[in-house]
Amino acid sequence: MARKKRDIGEINAGSMADIAFLLLIFFLVTTTMDVDTGLMRVLPPPILEDVPPPPPVKMRNVFVVLANSADNLLVEDAYMQVEDLRAAAKEFIIGQVNNPGNERFPEFKVATNPLIVKYYGGNHLVSKQIVSLQNDRGTSYELYIAIQDQLAQAYTEVRNEEAIKKFGKTYDELKDSKSAVDNEKAKVIRLLVPQRISEAEPKEIGS
Amino acid sequence: MQIRKKGKKTVPPVSTASLPDIVFMLLFFFMVTTVMRETSLKVQHVIPQAKEVAKLERKSLVAYIHIGPPLTPLQAVMGTEPRIQLDDAFATPADIPTFVESVKSQTDEAEVPLLTYSLKVDSKTKMGIVVDVKQELRKANALKINYSTRKSNTKAVEL
Repeated sequence: MARKKRDIGEINAGSMADIAFLLLIFFLVTTTMDVDTGLMRVLPPPILEDVPPPPPVKMRNVFVVLANSADNLLVEDAYMQVEDLRAAAKEFIIGQVNNPGNERFPEFKVATNPLIVKYYGGNHLVSKQIVSLQNDRGTSYELYIAIQDQLAQAYTEVRNEEAIKKFGKTYDELKDSKSAVDNEKAKVIRLLVPQRISEAEPKEIGS
Repeated sequence: MQIRKKGKKTVPPVSTASLPDIVFMLLFFFMVTTVMRETSLKVQHVIPQAKEVAKLERKSLVAYIHIGPPLTPLQAVMGTEPRIQLDDAFATPADIPTFVESVKSQTDEAEVPLLTYSLKVDSKTKMGIVVDVKQELRKANALKINYSTRKSNTKAVEL
């Protein structure tokens, strides 16, 4: 019962494009191209029981930002709008090197970090600034992010100004640069103006 | 001097034989770039805006924590207060250490320090619940966090 070998005709590939189009449209619709963006922060490591508490910090070196449950802002004992926070924080972070007697601004100390010494010499003064942020449990997340954003902007601006003054490029340019020398310069700027945002445990009251 | 011949010129039909190839090329591009959503959201959130944002890279090394009021169909059961969603289910701050452990165990050991926890929080949420989550993350030694925000172009941050 030998079957006669039949000749298979050519398969019509005309509809292949249609099928591919259909799949293409499906993937086009399901694709989301958005990149996630956000504010990166590193939480302090958990406090261990037997570790002695850190040495106290002089109040003069601390830029205190308080936010209450009614979304009001108290900055350095004065009422403030969140839009003005960036300028105030920037002023504090830069400080006044030539006027050490001014109690409003932080103290300065001689930098000992070898990288700073390498670029700035042995007796460069760096600020002892710290920003302290305390919020209530009833503070809105929106305000919290706005404060964090304003403080981050203040630090970035100070870093950019310092980088332009010293290296002729902004901090962001140095940081994103491919060259190792530029990255080292960015590191120096980072050491010079460290982003010190300390978050106190939130108050339980008034929430 | 006449170069062109006079008379009717017929344009040959454009060949569409390469059309499937082009479409396939596009198709493969989109197939490769598409990331299917793994979890379905049970909470709604309007992410706040900020200016000083950084891009979140390596999506495989990001764990998401959603906080916000439950979706409208679920509000009858869950209420309207902001809730935490981990993976596919509602959770309490006490569930976070378990969540962190499961995320860590699913990641390559060398890459565990690079894990980022992205907090997608509704802007109307109160800080209390966020602080609880942060304290639990601290205890679980999950220190790298990212407050998810959209990039705003305006200088002033509206409140």
